[in-house]
Amino acid sequence: MDTLILVIIGLVAGPVIGGLVAGLDRRVTAWFQSRQGPPIMQAFYDVAKLLGKEKMVVNQWQVLCAWVYLIAAAVSVALFFAQGDLLLIFFVQAIGAVFLVMGAMAAKSPYSQVGAQRELMQILAYEPVLILVFVGFYLTTGSFSIEAVWQLDQPLLAKMPLLYLALGYALTIKLRKSPFDFSTSHHGHQELVKGVLTEYSGPYLALVEIAHWYETVLVLGLCALFWTTNVAWMAVLLIGTYMLEILVDNTMARMTWRWMLKRVWLLGMGMSVVNLIWLYAG
Amino acid sequence: MFGSFIKKSRAKSPWIMHFDCGSCNGCDIEVLACLTPLYDVERFGIINVGNPKHADVLLVTGTVNYRNAKVLKNIYDQMPEPKAVIAIGACGNTGGVFREAYNVIGGIDKVIPVDVYVPGCPAKPEAIIDGVVTGLAKFAEKVEAE
Ligand code: SF4
Repeated sequence: MDTLILVIIGLVAGPVIGGLVAGLDRRVTAWFQSRQGPPIMQAFYDVAKLLGKEKMVVNQWQVLCAWVYLIAAAVSVALFFAQGDLLLIFFVQAIGAVFLVMGAMAAKSPYSQVGAQRELMQILAYEPVLILVFVGFYLTTGSFSIEAVWQLDQPLLAKMPLLYLALGYALTIKLRKSPFDFSTSHHGHQELVKGVLTEYSGPYLALVEIAHWYETVLVLGLCALFWTTNVAWMAVLLIGTYMLEILVDNTMARMTWRWMLKRVWLLGMGMSVVNLIWLYAG
Repeated sequence: MFGSFIKKSRAKSPWIMHFDCGSCNGCDIEVLACLTPLYDVERFGIINVGNPKHADVLLVTGTVNYRNAKVLKNIYDQMPEPKAVIAIGACGNTGGVFREAYNVIGGIDKVIPVDVYVPGCPAKPEAIIDGVVTGLAKFAEKVEAE
């Protein structure tokens, strides 16, 4: 019964928190540029507007793909809130990510095709890092379930600092922020005209957006697991991480996927492996 | 309730797309000037998108000629409803100083329906922002009438 309630909380809180984070993100970005910026609720206005627009699709695949992406993202957040198994969460969110790419591939538009290829590269970069982080969880707690993390009496961050940094990489890629925003480029007038999202429009773009909120919450949730012993420190950790994320987003130029693969595989996976060896030996 | 939230949101989140039909380019530059941090159009929820499929408002500058009329129509058709069109500058409204040229059709409204006309040669950024906000009011009316 408790699990059911947790699942419902997850499903409801996911988009609410995700939307607010997106709104705050734009506010802080505006502040960096000494502007006022949009209202915090802006992300909700955007999505509501998109939901009310005419349904224009290139083909039926896109409808299916947008829905699967949303459902997969929602299920992974629900599983997360229900203290589920990390590996299961990982696979469910991977399905969503792949379906987003498939939807983009289903249209012939070159922007969408190039965006899809680059999104695949991004998936290729962050998935191994995520898996290694989960292995780290396993080595410390002896189980892949989130419940075990809550039973620790010492924050995970103390044991897996390098893995946290690697997760930071994965977070930036997953949120499609600079320097890793090459599959969508969140400002329109760039060479990709939104990349993977080019051919999604109206309500389907809204679905993709809501799914993205869920994903944001999922990744932030994973970060939160690094300090489960004290709620205040957990909040500090989360806010600090996200602020750093926005700062990086605003100060970095977009890089190429080759740069990303090199960086993430060498540095991200390197740090993860070092941390894992340390955990294993220690 | 959700329906009314959607209606309200429309005026709060206008994503603009900008198409320049040609002419002297002056208005084009002014439109881009609007998007600088100085005017901060993002506080109205305005985002400049490069994709007609994501756009709500089409800003058109310059005169329409026989060549680009097709392009303009095509972009307009790709935008999902509800949408609004704002013609900017003397050229966009009537053809301006170029209206007598042999290849010019005239104002934007010869090709696609226009909701708001912003005068000026070039139109000032303030006038353009005004135009977009007026366009949104019209837009809201249109939606209300549905
Ligand atoms: S209205 Fe004036 S400034 Fe604008 S494009 Fe025409 S000639 Fe140039």
